[in-house]
Amino acid sequence: MSQEWVGPVVSLRDLTRVHGSGEAEVRALVGVSLDVSAGELVAVMGPSGSGKTTLLSLAGGLDSPTAGNVVVEGVHLSGLSKRQLAKLRRVRIGYVFQDYNLIPALTAAENVALPLELDGVRAGKARRLAETALAEVGLDGLGGRFPDEMSGGQRQRTAIARALIGDRRLVLADEPTGALDSQTSEAVLRVLRQRCDDGAAGILVTHEPRYAAYADRTIFLRDGRIVDSTGQPTSAVIATSVGTDVAEAAR
Amino acid sequence: MSVKHGILALLRERPGYGYQLRAAFEETTGSTWPVNIGQVYTTLGRLERDGLVAKTGEDPEGHVVYEITSSGVAELDDWFARPVTPGDRPRDELAMKLALAVTVPGVDVPAIVQVQRTHAQAVLQDLTRRKLRTTGPHLAWSLVLEAQIFQAEAEIRWLDHVEGQVCRRNG
Repeated sequence: MSQEWVGPVVSLRDLTRVHGSGEAEVRALVGVSLDVSAGELVAVMGPSGSGKTTLLSLAGGLDSPTAGNVVVEGVHLSGLSKRQLAKLRRVRIGYVFQDYNLIPALTAAENVALPLELDGVRAGKARRLAETALAEVGLDGLGGRFPDEMSGGQRQRTAIARALIGDRRLVLADEPTGALDSQTSEAVLRVLRQRCDDGAAGILVTHEPRYAAYADRTIFLRDGRIVDSTGQPTSAVIATSVGTDVAEAAR
Repeated sequence: MSVKHGILALLRERPGYGYQLRAAFEETTGSTWPVNIGQVYTTLGRLERDGLVAKTGEDPEGHVVYEITSSGVAELDDWFARPVTPGDRPRDELAMKLALAVTVPGVDVPAIVQVQRTHAQAVLQDLTRRKLRTTGPHLAWSLVLEAQIFQAEAEIRWLDHVEGQVCRRNG
């Protein structure tokens, strides 16, 4: 199905996420809409507490919105059973975290092949696909290394290879350069950029303007709302919404 | 840096004529600083008047070729040895604008900050795209590109700082 799907790989429609209720109500995300198509990398920036990670969790089906819809390759997540959702997450969505989340007892190739094997792909085939995926992120021939035998940058590139193995076209990256030095970070971003140029869709949460700049556009979150974005000037909207937020904060 | 010192530096490498110097200038700065041919000729005229360059005659195609003089070399060495001071740079219009914005009543400072931040991020995106397209060793080029990347980055950080200060004051 992913091959024929031509719409956005992920579509966030008017998402609102509220935690708690009454006095203790926290609106983590308010009316956020965002489409990310194949070939596109979108960066999400904003101060801490602005809703970046909430947005990523909702996009990846790790959390459910209070209102609104998440659609991944045409599938409405809200219409899925827990089991179906778990399967969709496993088969369609890849995650890249600051701390790599690789399994230390498995080699790089085994880590990358794991999602395929969990899906019933034969071990030999999964292994071959994993080696190809590693080559695509510049780790040709390093498939036999264990995570603790690799540098931080190599580990993160392994995580990117794993995130996009098989049919997965959506990669969600949460501060993937957080633990890396600047040169290694740039190398990781180049790989992420390349994988999107090759047809993946990516959402990158970062607080570094320099790394967000690898994206096709950056959206800015503030108090759970999109206040602006590069590429789609919405200055009129910002002027009012930022003004209101600050006024609210001042109260 | 002025076009003047750019031309002196290029002539220090080898003699050249107007169009050649303009092309070399733009190549060195990665086309980040376009100069028109008129500027190049006007500058060559002034440099010749001041004895920093001299005509060597015409090449077979009829281009007037210039070379650097010993005074030109001295001026160039002196320029390389001097630090760049604030006086060499244009006024920081953004800093002035925000200074005025916090002074004039009723101005929505956070909105101004966000508009500028979005613009700087778009610039940074554009510079990064150009960096990714650059292949092979273009040291001069990539130094200029990186300088602009650092500047855009610094501007965004400074904007975050301004926003924090304004929010604290209003809060």
